[in-house]
Amino acid sequence: MEALQIYWWFVISLLGGLLVFLLFVQGGQTMIWSAENEERKRLYVNVLGRKWELTFTTLVTFGGAFFASFPLYYSTSFGGAYWLWMLILFSFILQAVSYEFRSKPANVFGRRAYDMFLWVNGFVGCVLLGVAVGMQFFGAEFYISRQSILDAGSPVISVWSDSHGLEQVFSWRPLLLGFTVYFLARTLGVLFLYRNVRDPREEEFCNLCRRRVLVNGVVFVVLFLAFLGVLFTASGYSWDATTGHFAEIPNKYLFNLIELWWVGAVFLIGVLAVLYGVIRGAFDPKFRGAAFWWAGIGVVAVVTSLFCVSGYNNTAYLPSVSDPDSSLTIANSSSTEFTLTVMSWVTLLLPIVIGYIAYVWHKMTNPPVTDAEMRATDHNY
Amino acid sequence: MDDLLSTVDWSRWQFALTAIVHWLFVPLSIGLSLIVGIMETIYYKTRNERWKRMVKFWMLLFGINFACGVATGLILEFEFGTNWSNYSWFVGDIFGAPLAIEGIAAFFLESTFIAVMFFGWKRVSPGFHLASTWLTAAGICLSAFWILVANAWMQYPAGMEFDPAQMRNVMVSFSDVALSPVALNKFFHTVLSGWVLGAGFVVGVSSWFLFKKSNAEFAKDSVKIASWVGLAGIILTMWTGDGSAVQVSRVQPMKLAAMEGLYNGTNGQGLVGFGILDPSKERSDDKDPMLFGIEIPKALSLLAKHDPDAFVPGINDLIDGVELDGNGDTVRTVSYYERIERGQAAQQALREYDAASKAGDAAAMAAAEKRLKADFRYFGYGYLSNPDEAVPPVAVTFYAFRVMVICGGYFLLFFLVMLFLGYHKPRHLENRWVVFFGMLTIPLVWLASEAGWVVAEVGRQPWVIEGLLPTRAAVSSIPAGSVQLTFWLFAIVFAGLLTAEISILCKEIRKASRRDILADDKH
Repeated sequence: MEALQIYWWFVISLLGGLLVFLLFVQGGQTMIWSAENEERKRLYVNVLGRKWELTFTTLVTFGGAFFASFPLYYSTSFGGAYWLWMLILFSFILQAVSYEFRSKPANVFGRRAYDMFLWVNGFVGCVLLGVAVGMQFFGAEFYISRQSILDAGSPVISVWSDSHGLEQVFSWRPLLLGFTVYFLARTLGVLFLYRNVRDPREEEFCNLCRRRVLVNGVVFVVLFLAFLGVLFTASGYSWDATTGHFAEIPNKYLFNLIELWWVGAVFLIGVLAVLYGVIRGAFDPKFRGAAFWWAGIGVVAVVTSLFCVSGYNNTAYLPSVSDPDSSLTIANSSSTEFTLTVMSWVTLLLPIVIGYIAYVWHKMTNPPVTDAEMRATDHNY
Repeated sequence: MDDLLSTVDWSRWQFALTAIVHWLFVPLSIGLSLIVGIMETIYYKTRNERWKRMVKFWMLLFGINFACGVATGLILEFEFGTNWSNYSWFVGDIFGAPLAIEGIAAFFLESTFIAVMFFGWKRVSPGFHLASTWLTAAGICLSAFWILVANAWMQYPAGMEFDPAQMRNVMVSFSDVALSPVALNKFFHTVLSGWVLGAGFVVGVSSWFLFKKSNAEFAKDSVKIASWVGLAGIILTMWTGDGSAVQVSRVQPMKLAAMEGLYNGTNGQGLVGFGILDPSKERSDDKDPMLFGIEIPKALSLLAKHDPDAFVPGINDLIDGVELDGNGDTVRTVSYYERIERGQAAQQALREYDAASKAGDAAAMAAAEKRLKADFRYFGYGYLSNPDEAVPPVAVTFYAFRVMVICGGYFLLFFLVMLFLGYHKPRHLENRWVVFFGMLTIPLVWLASEAGWVVAEVGRQPWVIEGLLPTRAAVSSIPAGSVQLTFWLFAIVFAGLLTAEISILCKEIRKASRRDILADDKH
């Protein structure tokens, strides 16, 4: 059973890593608004628009996998931090229609409105998803009482603080991670556009992209270092089987990274890959094709390892700061052995899924999209 | 308690709103993806460019609609957590699996290959493009399968048992969940109804072209293909509908009674073909439930039991726990009064199990578990204070069922006529009455489709999980005001989406009517 819980937390961690990587679509969306001219804006939208559904689907699958493997998290976090998740959902509804509708005649709200929706999704989606992940480290106020299911007058087992997630939106530590994710997404977004767009004014476009990689990359690195500083000095809750209670452990996440040496190694490799991709992408024009993949794969590694740090080693991956014994761990919140086993068989599909996505990705981005191709195509965003 | 009930009501409204709006888009995606797939297959076989242009036109409308379906689908999945958090825990061990599989096996298929459908014409070979179109259609159907497995499980909870130590239900047989007869029937009934809707839409839009005397050749070819899809769809929908009626009579007899407005059943029960309910009818009075009704003798017994003389219980029969056998003698069943008592006994046994567990008393735990298992199938009834709370809204279910069935009959006739005209009297497709009925069919297919969902979902009230968990015990602990606010925000956003989609669709169709769709490749 324990092995299955560990495996499933790894699947969740990997999906989390892939989701944050795919937020390059959202990061790119925040640049559409400020594109230098209409042609370039159209190129941005059409290059990003061929990928938006992958991010969307990964978000849905991340939610579904969390539901199937750790239903108590789904129940507690979604039902508790109601406003946080609702704001995220609203931002994604706006995105889903904006690509398809923005350039269609009679779209009611006008192209600028849809471009603004894309910006809202890019900003709000990234920041609040970061806040939601930050909640997993820094905790929230809630308690769980399974016996409440028998109380007809108040049957809900998970009860959150009255602010229902808004407290997270205005809490500086989760917000710090939110803005870190935002600037990371922008950095990846520029690298993606830089790689996949062939602008009529190539030199100026490339210079602009490299400058933006540098600016966004520097802001991201500063925020990321600040977040790591906060995270590694923060306390975490650890389940103590001898007392049957959670114990507050100073520097818990730092110790986890050291004790889980392989996670630490993946984390370090990921950080180096991101830095390499960003720095060479910003300074070396020959690295145009590879920078996005170096940084992107690095992001998957870093985020996956951070998720692992939050959940392994008897750590509460959703700490309750008001009632520590209500905190969630991968052991006390998971599905049963039977369900996890069934779902593990389903994950054998993942290599096939990743395989056809990679093949189609290759087909659809090579050669890169040009203005001429868009003019010759009858379906554009 | 009042706040809890208010939260329950607003959560139900919000979920119903999301589901209804989501279901405006999904069946069109199901039906149009099939029709587009057929047309592209013809193009692939013949390499005739006119078929490619037809594909591109219908694909354009498909894409506009698809985006809205994706947007609303995301909300539905997350609302299980945000608004029904108790439910998410109580049955998450079972219910989460289909949703996860839907994401892994279906959504990625759709989202990956739909990009090839729209942007891959010049980037991949015609064969790869055709495969992408069919894979997108397959992804949509697979997605429907898994979400309908989840929905069917709520109506017929199979493959599970209750674990008192965790105070939740756990899965014990995945195949019983995924391949339950209710799930399979629901899947085919729903997807096939999507074929009918897509076909009705294509015929309706084509009729508009004929009305405008534009693109006649394109419209007539579209009518022929869509009518075949529609005819196959409606015949199979009726067939699976019959299977659905038999299953409902077996696993949700109260829903069937509500669908019929039937309070006191009998052997050889007739079916109300058309009728008007008496709104002043109370369950306990002796009034005739119908102000007016045309009854088809023995038809309900035949439909529900496949036996014209079988007994079909009414609402009062179910509540009082009586049936008639083949000789007309009364047979006792478990009344709803007894179900409530046994549900409360099951809940009490669970409390005792919990107390014994905390005290470390293994013998008391075993005794409590035995009592719990004996009555667990009525666990949810323990939340009800009287049997009337277990009766779904009769009028809504009754009328929605009739709307669905009457429309279904009309569709059968409609597609038969359109096929006959399409092949034997093509000029008559331009007749103004034919055109009128063609366009009228567009709202009717949606009306029937939504009515079907209303029957399925309103008719199963008050249960989130049949017999085990009522809606009031499934909600999240959120103030009613918060849910009310998000309900209105969703209503505004969905209204905006729907307005924009309809406006864009109409504009694209009008634009196309001013050019020769089959003559040029750029629109």
